[in-house]
Amino acid sequence: MLSKRIIPCLDVRDGKTTKGVKFQGNIDIGDPVEMARFYYQEGADEIVFYDITASSDHRDIMIDVVRRVAEEIFIPFSVGGGIRTIEDMRRVLLAGAEKVSVNTAAVRNPEIIADGARAFGSQCIVLGMDVKKVEISRKIPSGYEIVIHGGRTYMGIDALEWAKQAENMGAGEICLNSIDADGTLQGYEMNLTSLISENVNIPVIASGGAGNIDHIYDVLTKGKADAALVASIVHDGTYTVKQIKEALHAQGVKVRMRW
Amino acid sequence: MIAIIDYKAGNLSSVERALKKLDFRCLITQRREEIMSCERIIFPGVGAAGRAMSDLKRLGLDEVLRHEYNAGKPILGICLGAQIILERSRENEAECLGLIKGSVELFPRQFFSEEKDRLKIPHMGWNSVNLRKGHPVLEGIAPADEFYFVHAYYPLPASDEYVFGTTCYGIEFASAIGYNNLIAVQFHPEKSGKAGMRLLERFCTWDGRHAE
Repeated sequence: MLSKRIIPCLDVRDGKTTKGVKFQGNIDIGDPVEMARFYYQEGADEIVFYDITASSDHRDIMIDVVRRVAEEIFIPFSVGGGIRTIEDMRRVLLAGAEKVSVNTAAVRNPEIIADGARAFGSQCIVLGMDVKKVEISRKIPSGYEIVIHGGRTYMGIDALEWAKQAENMGAGEICLNSIDADGTLQGYEMNLTSLISENVNIPVIASGGAGNIDHIYDVLTKGKADAALVASIVHDGTYTVKQIKEALHAQGVKVRMRW
Repeated sequence: MIAIIDYKAGNLSSVERALKKLDFRCLITQRREEIMSCERIIFPGVGAAGRAMSDLKRLGLDEVLRHEYNAGKPILGICLGAQIILERSRENEAECLGLIKGSVELFPRQFFSEEKDRLKIPHMGWNSVNLRKGHPVLEGIAPADEFYFVHAYYPLPASDEYVFGTTCYGIEFASAIGYNNLIAVQFHPEKSGKAGMRLLERFCTWDGRHAE
């Protein structure tokens, strides 16, 4: 039986993680390669990197990070942020990433999903979705709308329709981020997660809101998510990936326990 | 030296990096002489069976693989490389290499786990491998070891004789198959952490023979 995945997420700017990880005596480590290796050894099933580098002049730094990560860890990892063209995808994949994720670029130009899937295979293409809860309307029948710019710009696109369209165009996976829940530590957006997950036939990674292990348990069971993204709660040392997996395992969730 | 066969089917650099980490020398190649001069062969692959087979034929690598297989050289198939060694694939209804008797089938469109959860396609993520019989390359895999899978089609050998390991995803399918000097796994050992690295290491020291 397939295991549920626990996926640490690292934001990287100019080659450094924006939030260090505290471990081994609370030492802050801002090197994404070191952090990836740490989570790999702790039992992470996959790692997600978001390049939030503002200047496109510095993109080569991220490619170098990807290359160095690929030499150190032998589990899948994905890279998102700033992927706008097929050529951007190619560089990241050739540097050693297993997957690329597209978010804003796909909202603006959905064809990039189909083009990417044709060029590299669906298994490489992750659709990142930033979603906010809104009034149900004719335009947004699910009550969940696609947003960009960290939630500041509403795109008038229904989240459920967008997820289905992206699946049809060849996305291999969805990373579903609730802007409402993100950073609250109050739990994942359960309704949104189960709604999307039950209506597409590709895996859904839940993102945004994890504050404790119960939240992760809930989203992987009632929320029907295939994987859970974790950020603050592992970076700030509240839990280790190992502790999260041990607790889930004890509650009967199938997770990979040997690494 | 280990030849990683390059027929433009997916990213081969992850296999190369894993072997380098293990201190084995390897080269990514599609040249007949180079492949034939290597001690062993890794046959990876991501993508569609039809395209992969036409690329293999265009490069003349189908014949090279058959020749090396018959010569007794250890060969490891990975993912698509564990599928197109069979006789035919439902994917593109492709005629395949036929090194092992059997076919490649598609998971059902709608199917369910024992817990009645709807299962998604592709089968993507970590799953275990139940060993059905001993094999030098698979030695030491524990029931709790898991491997990284990404696939919508699965190998269906014509006889249990070829099945060394199985995996459950709605159905129980053959995830490790082999015959003589050929062993092939549906999962990606190069993406499967330490368990995968151990498997690669065992392949890199395997003489192509079975203990029994």
